[in-house]
Amino acid sequence: MTDLPVTDLPKSSNVGTRRRDAGRKSMSLYAEGEPMVWLTGGALAFSLLMILAMLVYVFWMGFSNFWPQRVVHVTTHSGQVSMGSVSRSQSYKPSIANVDRLPEALQDSTREKLLANDGYTVRTLLYTGNYDLTGTRFQWVSDYEVNTWEYPEWALLIERRMDGNFYGMPVAFEQDGEVLTESPKEIWERFEEIHPTVRRRFRERERIRTVDMGRVNRRQENARRQLVEATRQFENGEIPAGDLDRVRHETEETIDQTRREHAALSKRVDEINTENRRYGLVMETAQGLRHTLFFDDIVMAFPGNQLSRFQKIAIFGERWREFIFDNPREANMEGGVFPQIIGTVTMTLVMTIFVVPFGVIAALYLREYAKPGPIVSAVRIAINNLAGVPSIVFGVFGLGFFCYIMGGYLDDVFYSNSPVPTFRGGGVLWASATLALLTLPVVIVATEEALSAVPSSMREGSYACGASKWQTIKRIVLPRSMPGIMTGMILAMARGAGEVAPLMLVGAVKLAPSLPLDIHNWSGSLGFIPTGPIHLERSFLHLGFHIYDLGFQSSDSEAARPMVFTTTLLLISIIVILNLTAIMIRTRLRRKFKSGTF
Amino acid sequence: MTAETLEQAQARTPVQTRGASGTRLEAIASGEEVRSEIHPQLKKEDNILSIENFNLWYGRAQALHDISMTVPKGKVTALVGPSGCGKSTLLRSVNRLNDLIDIVRIGGEMTLNGSSIYSKNVDVIELRKRMGMVFQKSNPFPMSIYENVVYSLRIDGERNKKVLDEVCERSLRGAAIWDEVKDRLQDSALGLSGGQQQRICIARAIAAEPEVLLMDEPCSALDPIATNKIEDMIDALKGEYTILIVTHNMQQAARSSDYTAFMYLGRLIEYGPTDTIFQNPRLIETQDYVTGRFG
Repeated sequence: MTDLPVTDLPKSSNVGTRRRDAGRKSMSLYAEGEPMVWLTGGALAFSLLMILAMLVYVFWMGFSNFWPQRVVHVTTHSGQVSMGSVSRSQSYKPSIANVDRLPEALQDSTREKLLANDGYTVRTLLYTGNYDLTGTRFQWVSDYEVNTWEYPEWALLIERRMDGNFYGMPVAFEQDGEVLTESPKEIWERFEEIHPTVRRRFRERERIRTVDMGRVNRRQENARRQLVEATRQFENGEIPAGDLDRVRHETEETIDQTRREHAALSKRVDEINTENRRYGLVMETAQGLRHTLFFDDIVMAFPGNQLSRFQKIAIFGERWREFIFDNPREANMEGGVFPQIIGTVTMTLVMTIFVVPFGVIAALYLREYAKPGPIVSAVRIAINNLAGVPSIVFGVFGLGFFCYIMGGYLDDVFYSNSPVPTFRGGGVLWASATLALLTLPVVIVATEEALSAVPSSMREGSYACGASKWQTIKRIVLPRSMPGIMTGMILAMARGAGEVAPLMLVGAVKLAPSLPLDIHNWSGSLGFIPTGPIHLERSFLHLGFHIYDLGFQSSDSEAARPMVFTTTLLLISIIVILNLTAIMIRTRLRRKFKSGTF
Repeated sequence: MTAETLEQAQARTPVQTRGASGTRLEAIASGEEVRSEIHPQLKKEDNILSIENFNLWYGRAQALHDISMTVPKGKVTALVGPSGCGKSTLLRSVNRLNDLIDIVRIGGEMTLNGSSIYSKNVDVIELRKRMGMVFQKSNPFPMSIYENVVYSLRIDGERNKKVLDEVCERSLRGAAIWDEVKDRLQDSALGLSGGQQQRICIARAIAAEPEVLLMDEPCSALDPIATNKIEDMIDALKGEYTILIVTHNMQQAARSSDYTAFMYLGRLIEYGPTDTIFQNPRLIETQDYVTGRFG
């Protein structure tokens, strides 16, 4: 045969000569490429280091947020008294005039200390809580001002349903307005004994208010709607008067019944309220103010200075549980982010359901059917450029096209008898559609690459067996490129779950009355397609938007700070979990397609 | 090759040469038409495939020049020739796999069992179902051994488990691999060794009982032991199937084929019974090639 590899010889001898030359000459750094190795390697290391530092910082700040802190009682030389927990401390340069306010005896030594430190000292930010009494939540305390710094044994940290934390000393336990005990130890024992049942009733009341009353209201609403519909049909002459009377009668009966049920539920709520307000904790603040806290208002309380490690871990776990599984309180600044998690996950999954089939089909056409040429190249470039369009542009488009045009159309066709807009306006469906559009290029590009990586020998093998083009695509090409398609899906999910700007326009809100995923209400529908517990028309809460809202829109950004970190950590974790799941599936697929070598 | 070696060869061997300008190979290289040397034994055979004045162009470059030959039924026919002489192209023209390449144009005609391959109203998909093809590099599909073998039935919509099982076993036995894989039919075919993969591909090719089995250098990527197994298998399939095999391995062609066609630069040079081609060819070029003196 003619294709013998005879050209190798002169080349290899050439290499040998060069190597000998290099050995003889003095080594030039540039010749060896050393500086470039350092430059490129250094740049990589620097980038990795920055990413790692950010992750570690977010992880540390977010994770430690829920660790129960000790309650400190501070008095300053100027006579100020405060109680709270340490939020953070920093080094700063106080103005010298401040020192003049200290007692005479201390002024000189303080000045000396400051001068020795170049005028710097350390100040600590105390979270003093008691917002309803003092009107502030935080207080800075500089080291040189501190007179006493102690951790009182029975100082309590109380997380309330409203107005944030309360710090104080327990003074008395009240039941039905009578003081039963005044010893801190006994007060605490009573609290631990009674509070869990109060909390249980508290949850029952929440459930009644949201789930049970919602169900009753829906029944009433449906009955009313039926009557309206029957009246319309009667007026059009579609049904006889007898039928209308029957519907009217039924509706009245249902309304009567639901009213009774509603009254019973309200009564139960009242009972719970009265029962929960029977118990009170009389507290004394650091400033000596007395304040009675009803058990009903207390979410959690603990004596911060006498917790064992085990108790701390228990509280830490309980706070994480509350954060992940409970609803937010106080304008989202406290409590949990359960609705945000549900919103983020629902939105991301619905988006994936939209984007993957569309992207794959588009890529199939581009790669398998379209004849390569200038038009296909132009389309490909356009798709790549689509990935670079600022996301807010997609948001504006989504608002205009999806929310108003498509939503308005859906409402006109399917929900014309509803007095309020259903799909018109922001909602999970339109947010997912907008993000699907945003992430479409990612999926198309990844799928095209995966399709082109399928060896042509496999296609030919299939054609040679008498398979048609579509059979070959369906049975050979698509299964074989599934791992690559999954890569596209993973990238799209990561991009979509973290996107915030377009969501603000098409459905993410600060507060939503009900979740897009509602297991108590299976009446969700998209036109005539029932979607069960998924209510695609509802607006939703989103973790990314929550971070923005907490960090930049809340009344007290200092108080929101720890929650921003924790929410960020959670968002990163959710994206990681979604991706890991997809990566695991992909690895399994890849293993299946790995060829044995011999 | 040089004229000198040719002269030497001519001096040594008493075979005929013809051509307007010196040797036949030089005539071909200068673009002259040369007649193929086809042995009369082929006329006595019962033909299954006949190729008539077949030409093929890749864009402007002509890859096959006026090929006319017949493939006898139930026999093994080997296509030999140096790299780039058009053997594989000819083979892929038989089941119209070249259709997949946009720039290919063809002229001439082929018939399989009397029915045209290239006329306009032929359903290519139905046509390909009548042939099986084995490729140079084994190309099992990313699915189980079982599904690989019954692939051509699956795409025909066959659902009957009994039929599928039967075909699977028969094909795997035919490809002499049944004993090796019968206990792991549901494992991925990609986990097998190269030789086993190639035999799975052969089983897949014979599953639909093709009228012609096309093999494009089926052993070129295999070690001698695996090659042996496949050659034994070809021997066993002989008679039952018509096999058209492209090979670079002269010993293989000599061992396993009944007829051999020698191709050069897109032309069919000599075609006849394998024994004659290897021991007493009519043309000196053929002898030079099969004895390894050029190519």
